[in-house]
Amino acid sequence: MIANGYLRNDGRKGIRNVLIVTYLVECAHHVARRIVELSGDSQVHLVGFPGCYPNDYALRMMKALSTHPNVGGVLLLSLGCEGFNREDLAKHVAGSGRGIDTVVIQQSGGTRSAIEHGLAAVRRIKAQMDGAVVRTPFYFSDLVVGTICGGSDGTSGITANPAVGRAFDRLVTAGATCIFEETGEMIGCEGPMGERATTPEIAAAIRASIAKAESYYRAMGFGSFAPGNAEGGLSSQEEKSAGAYVKSGHMPIVGVIKPAEIPPSPGLYLLDIVPDGAPKFGFPNISDNAEIVELMACGAHVTLFTTGRGSVVGSAIAPVIKVTGNPDTYRRMSEDMDIDAGRVLEGFADLDQVADEIVELIKITATGAETKSEELGHREFILTYKTFEPSGPSCFPRTPQLR
Amino acid sequence: MSSAVILLHADDNVVVCRRTVTAGERISIEGSPDVIARRNVEIGHKLARFALPQFSKVIKYGAPIGSMTESAEPGDWVHLHNMKSDYMSAHTRAVTGDEP
Repeated sequence: MIANGYLRNDGRKGIRNVLIVTYLVECAHHVARRIVELSGDSQVHLVGFPGCYPNDYALRMMKALSTHPNVGGVLLLSLGCEGFNREDLAKHVAGSGRGIDTVVIQQSGGTRSAIEHGLAAVRRIKAQMDGAVVRTPFYFSDLVVGTICGGSDGTSGITANPAVGRAFDRLVTAGATCIFEETGEMIGCEGPMGERATTPEIAAAIRASIAKAESYYRAMGFGSFAPGNAEGGLSSQEEKSAGAYVKSGHMPIVGVIKPAEIPPSPGLYLLDIVPDGAPKFGFPNISDNAEIVELMACGAHVTLFTTGRGSVVGSAIAPVIKVTGNPDTYRRMSEDMDIDAGRVLEGFADLDQVADEIVELIKITATGAETKSEELGHREFILTYKTFEPSGPSCFPRTPQLR
Repeated sequence: MSSAVILLHADDNVVVCRRTVTAGERISIEGSPDVIARRNVEIGHKLARFALPQFSKVIKYGAPIGSMTESAEPGDWVHLHNMKSDYMSAHTRAVTGDEP
C-alpha cells in the first residue's frame, strides 16, 4: 500500500477528492470561473470546452474526465443553446455514482443568479462528497502515471527524460500502469519502439501511429518543434524525438490507446494523440496541457512533466510533478520544479538516484502532499476539437484483467 | 566533473555541452582527440567532435538527427545554421543562429 485512496462508487480509486465545475461553451466560462473563485475551496477546479459546435471526442473526453478517479462531484455550466450534449454527460456522471448538477444560465435568469445557483450546488455536492467519503488502501496496481515533456532543450534527453524512463521501469515492475505519448515527437523512433511491443498487432499499431503523426504534422507545415527547443540546443525533430522517446523506459509496450480509453490492465502503454482521418481541426495538441488532459482522460492520477527550458504549468484534476534536466533552469526556477535532474549533468547524482526520487515523490503525492504547481495554484486545463476512431481490440493486451 | 561535454554514444560525431563553454577552451572528449571550442556555446548545445563535411549525417545517441548544410571544423557549434532535419522543417524565432 502506498496511500489511503478515495474509493468511488464505480470501484475506481483516486488520490484527490476534487469537485469540477465544467463550462460547456466559452459563453459559460465567466460564470463557472466565478463559482470556483467564490467557493474559496482549493479542491474545486475549473475545466471546460470552449466550442459551440458539438464534437464526439470532446463529449467522450468530458465523460472520462468527469468520472476520473480523483473526481468526486461535477457541476455543469451551460449557457443553454450550445451544441454540447449536457444531458448525455450528466447521465453518464450520475451513472458512475458521483454527485452531479447542471446550471443553465438562460434558465437561471442570467449571470448573477447562475453564480448563486451554482455556488449553492457546489456546496450541496461538496457536502454530499464529504459525507460519503470512503478511504481505501491504494496500491501501485491502482496507480496510473503519465508523462509528457514541454520546453525541451539539449539537456532533457540526457537527464530528465531517461530518469523518468527509469522511474517508469520501476513503476511498471511494481505493478503500476504507465502511459507515454507525443507520437509526433517520436518520429524516427518507430523501429525500436515496435520491437518492444508484446504482440505483432501492437507493433503494427505503434508503427501506424507514428506514420500517421508524421503525415499529420507534415500537413500542418510544422513538426512538434518550438523555437525554445532550438534555443536550448535541439536542431531537428528527430533529435528531439530521440530525447523524448527515452521517457518510455525499457519495459515491453503492452498496448496502444487513444484519448479517453482506459488501459484495461497494468503495464506500459503508448497513447496515440494524433487525430484519425484527414487533418481537420488544426494541430493535434496546441499546448502541453492538452496532452496532460488526454493522459488524465486515460486515468492518469499523476503526470511526470519533464522540462529543460522551464515550464511552470500544473493541471486541474490531477497533480503534475515537474522534473527539470537543466541545472541552470533549476537554479532559476526552483520554486516551480519538484525534481532537479540537472544534478546528473553536473555529476552530483546518477539517473538511478533521480529515478528513485521520482518514485518516492509519486508515493508522497499519492498520500495528498501537494506538488509545487499545486501549491502555487496552477490548475490549467484545455480541451479543443479532434476526431478519433475507437481503437480495435488488437491494440490492447490479450488477457485484460479487470482493474 | 571530468569534461565540459558528454559523448552520448561511441558512434556520435557531436558532443553535448554540460555547461556553457568559452571560445578557445580546450575540450577533452572520451576516446578521441581534444577539440578547441571555436566560439561560446551554451549548455545543452552541440559541438562537432570531428570535421563534418557538407551533406554528412549528424550522429547523436548513435542515430542520425539530420544532415550538415555547411561543413564544420572540430569544436564548431552544430545547430540550425549549419545542419537541418531530414524529416521536416523547424519553426524558429529570429534569435536562433545568433551568438549565445
